[in-house]
Amino acid sequence: MVAKPHGGRLVRRLAGKRERDRLLEEAGEMEKLDLPLYLATDVENIAYGLFSPLEGFLNSEDYNYVLHEMRLSDDTPWTIPIVLDVDEEEASRFSPGDTVVLAHRGQPFAVLDVEEIYSWDKKVHAQLVYKTTDPAHPGVAKTFSAKPLLVGGKILLLRDLENPYSKLTLRPAETRVLFREKGWKTIAGFQTRNVPHLGHEYVQKSALTFMDGLFINPLVGWKKRGDYRDEVIVAAYRALLDHYYPRGSVVFSVTRTPMRYAGPREAVHHAIMRKNYGCTHFIVGRDHAGVGNYYGPYEAQEIFSLFPDLGIQPLFVKEFFYCKKCGGVVNEKICPHPEEYRVRISGTKIRAMIREGKMPPPEMMRPEVAEAVLSFGDPFVE
Amino acid sequence: MASEKGYTTVSIPVTLHRRIRKIIEGTGFTSVSSFVTYVLREVVAAYEEEKAKEPFTEEEKKAIIEKLKSLGYL
Repeated sequence: MVAKPHGGRLVRRLAGKRERDRLLEEAGEMEKLDLPLYLATDVENIAYGLFSPLEGFLNSEDYNYVLHEMRLSDDTPWTIPIVLDVDEEEASRFSPGDTVVLAHRGQPFAVLDVEEIYSWDKKVHAQLVYKTTDPAHPGVAKTFSAKPLLVGGKILLLRDLENPYSKLTLRPAETRVLFREKGWKTIAGFQTRNVPHLGHEYVQKSALTFMDGLFINPLVGWKKRGDYRDEVIVAAYRALLDHYYPRGSVVFSVTRTPMRYAGPREAVHHAIMRKNYGCTHFIVGRDHAGVGNYYGPYEAQEIFSLFPDLGIQPLFVKEFFYCKKCGGVVNEKICPHPEEYRVRISGTKIRAMIREGKMPPPEMMRPEVAEAVLSFGDPFVE
Repeated sequence: MASEKGYTTVSIPVTLHRRIRKIIEGTGFTSVSSFVTYVLREVVAAYEEEKAKEPFTEEEKKAIIEKLKSLGYL
């Protein structure tokens, strides 16, 4: 059975036609906040229920619970604070009880009912969410450069943002119907921000062996320098799916949301999003959502023991590698051979080869995938 | 409020407390309270899950199916 929405109810904060027309007409007279894309997509994701049970940006009570307890104030597991930062000048233009227009690149697309404006301690935030205050961590850097105040309140989406991946974007209500129509009862969600190498493929196929369906769901949106660009990830997956996956048992769709690089906390957040899509299981590999050496290799798996009530089953997988003696891609659980036979499928090594315009070897990456990646002049985020 | 931990007291029979104390020995649970919290969260989540409902009507479902067909997902 498709997983129940997180918190028991799939949130929908979408304005009906009349309400939308009225609010868009009144928008010119309301205070406006222009949001960068990563915040605008948070609004859209709240509206379509991807962040259920959130109906808006966190108020201070929920924010503090999320920060310190990794739960909302009603005890629902929630690990990543979804917050809207503003500066003093912006905050001086509205008060709790006001409705503010949310725009992106000048275009109104949502409204926010302001419930509360509050301050936050960025250092405490960084330490608790990212487990470090090192400004070299991309999530910490983003936190430190954020504005000094937070605004809590419910949002209402008036219209969708422009989306270059609209045909590849499925909303939670749509995936839930899709999985049901396909007759899937068990669905493994796979999160990625990378182009697929053989290790990823075997992780996915190991899960699919025991599941009715696989939901491959790359994140597109803000990423750190050196990560693969969104269009490269999409092209690489298309190549892999076309050549190596059974059509009927895989759904490929992207989610527009920023990577936060929060390691263990983000792994839980990723699981919650996939639960809202309807996944019953979620694949958690080595160093999930990690960056640098800030988190232990399997810390993102260990954190799940704190959430018996998460409502989605994590599937913990070990690192896959190519074993010359086994003659295939295996992991340490099933391969008895020593290190000398093992070819580690390292994303860092693959990136270095791609940078030099070289094809990674077939025991690391499918040639069709490598060709798709290399077809881009510069496949990495600048 | 920020660093405050919100806890309250619930009574359980002393005999049950003893039983739990025994079974958590050598496990990751550091106290009877942490074990009880863990088990209760599991039970409460299962109870709540039974009541959860999908938000869309039959008509909306039909529209979604048409969209999924047009996108090639069905």
